[in-house]
Amino acid sequence: MRTNEQMISDLKEIVKPYIQNQHGFDSLTEETDFINDLKINSANLVDVVLDIEDKFDIEIDNDSMDKMLNVKAALEIIETKLSEK
Amino acid sequence: MENRVVITGMGVVAPNGVGLEAFSNAIQHGLSGVKFFSNLKELGFSCCIGGIPTVSEELKREYFTELQLKNFNSSGILYGCIAGMDAWKDAGLAISESADFDSGTVFGAGTSGIDKFREAIYKLDDGKVRRLGSTVVAQTMASGVSAYLGGILGLGNQVTTNSSACTTGTEAILMGYDRIKAGKAKRMLVGSTSDNGPYVWGGFDAMRVLTYKHNESPEQGSRPMSASASGFVPGSGAGAMVLESLESALERNTTIYAEILGGNVNSGGQRNEGSMTAPNSDAVQRCISAAIKNAKIEPKDIDVINGHLTATSKDFTEIKNWSEALDLKGSNFPYINSLKSMIGHCLSASGSIESVASVLQIKKGFIFQNSNCEDLNEEITSLVSKEKIPQKTIKKDINIVAKASFGFGDVNGCVIFKKFDR
Repeated sequence: MRTNEQMISDLKEIVKPYIQNQHGFDSLTEETDFINDLKINSANLVDVVLDIEDKFDIEIDNDSMDKMLNVKAALEIIETKLSEK
Repeated sequence: MENRVVITGMGVVAPNGVGLEAFSNAIQHGLSGVKFFSNLKELGFSCCIGGIPTVSEELKREYFTELQLKNFNSSGILYGCIAGMDAWKDAGLAISESADFDSGTVFGAGTSGIDKFREAIYKLDDGKVRRLGSTVVAQTMASGVSAYLGGILGLGNQVTTNSSACTTGTEAILMGYDRIKAGKAKRMLVGSTSDNGPYVWGGFDAMRVLTYKHNESPEQGSRPMSASASGFVPGSGAGAMVLESLESALERNTTIYAEILGGNVNSGGQRNEGSMTAPNSDAVQRCISAAIKNAKIEPKDIDVINGHLTATSKDFTEIKNWSEALDLKGSNFPYINSLKSMIGHCLSASGSIESVASVLQIKKGFIFQNSNCEDLNEEITSLVSKEKIPQKTIKKDINIVAKASFGFGDVNGCVIFKKFDR
């Protein structure tokens, strides 16, 4: 079982290639919003989700994908999907 | 009043040279960019040679961000962006923070991201449409190259891609020219690009229009105007020019490579001897004559013709059409050359790469050589004196170059470049 810190650190690694605001990335917390704080292009959110699927070996359905707009929501969805495995 | 249109920047990604300096050096010294490719042999191609520009991973990173290169697999967009960004920089133009509504692009392509498209099709057929990611559309839409360039440079005028087979590059130049002439834009980045490799070239191999006689001697494979011409050698790359109203160029006090005096595009309607794959000679001659008339010059004013001349049996037909349209022959015929002898036929990119070469001749004062035609086709020399088909580069002051391209669909384009004179 991963700790919350490990999960955030994994997620940080995943979003890193897509961010366009370094400051937002450096100070990333659970409250960080992917688009507003990290300036990730909305089209790239799809790629973030695919990278999450690969990393955690889960499948994220369309409804969950729509909700994955910030770190907190992403963590919750990952945990839910992991627990369903 | 109609604007005069000048060329203020150029960029090129060619099989025998990437960047204006390397390319200029290569064409003056007759360097070949044609090589043997083992993947073509493994795939069972009859023609296993071709022209592919050398672009290192390091060079890519001078033009694209890591994010842009993530899941990037479009050689055409790669070449087009490098050539286009180089032309922009060469013209002394900065990348604007806000949209530049006076500048646009017509950047042509035959296909876009054909390798990316293949990747996507494999995933799709495997039931994995949701795993395609966000990058398929931008790289495979026909207008991919102009969309990338528009975003990188912040272009706010017309941003589009034209497509007319092997006439694409020449047509793009004339479309940008028309727009500036009409006062609808101050600057137009014009050019064209072609993807590389088997998935573009396979259809031509199947038509048996590529040479299969030079797999052991690739550099001798592309033989325009030669008696032993046996089909064309496929190529790839991109060429680009910044066209600008004379007024804007003078205001910016920038280098002017040449002026575009005019030109013409038309089609033979696939009538008479014209077809999907062969030109209607009447239309070709009309296109050339109309370009000359549009440029307000006389046929005898042309110093050099840069032909389409692909190294098929149609080379003689082309020469005959030039000769009849200009009503010039023998030693009165202008000098004529074909860049395809060095780089092969770069398909949708050919018109723009060859136009960059044409303009370099005016700017630097030379006529680049025709390689691989030591055995000139006798039908051709019955119309044009041998000395007008230089086999070694000639240093000479050049005033006017006529450049033509012809493409599948029976489409033609001819543009007239002239040394700039206030």
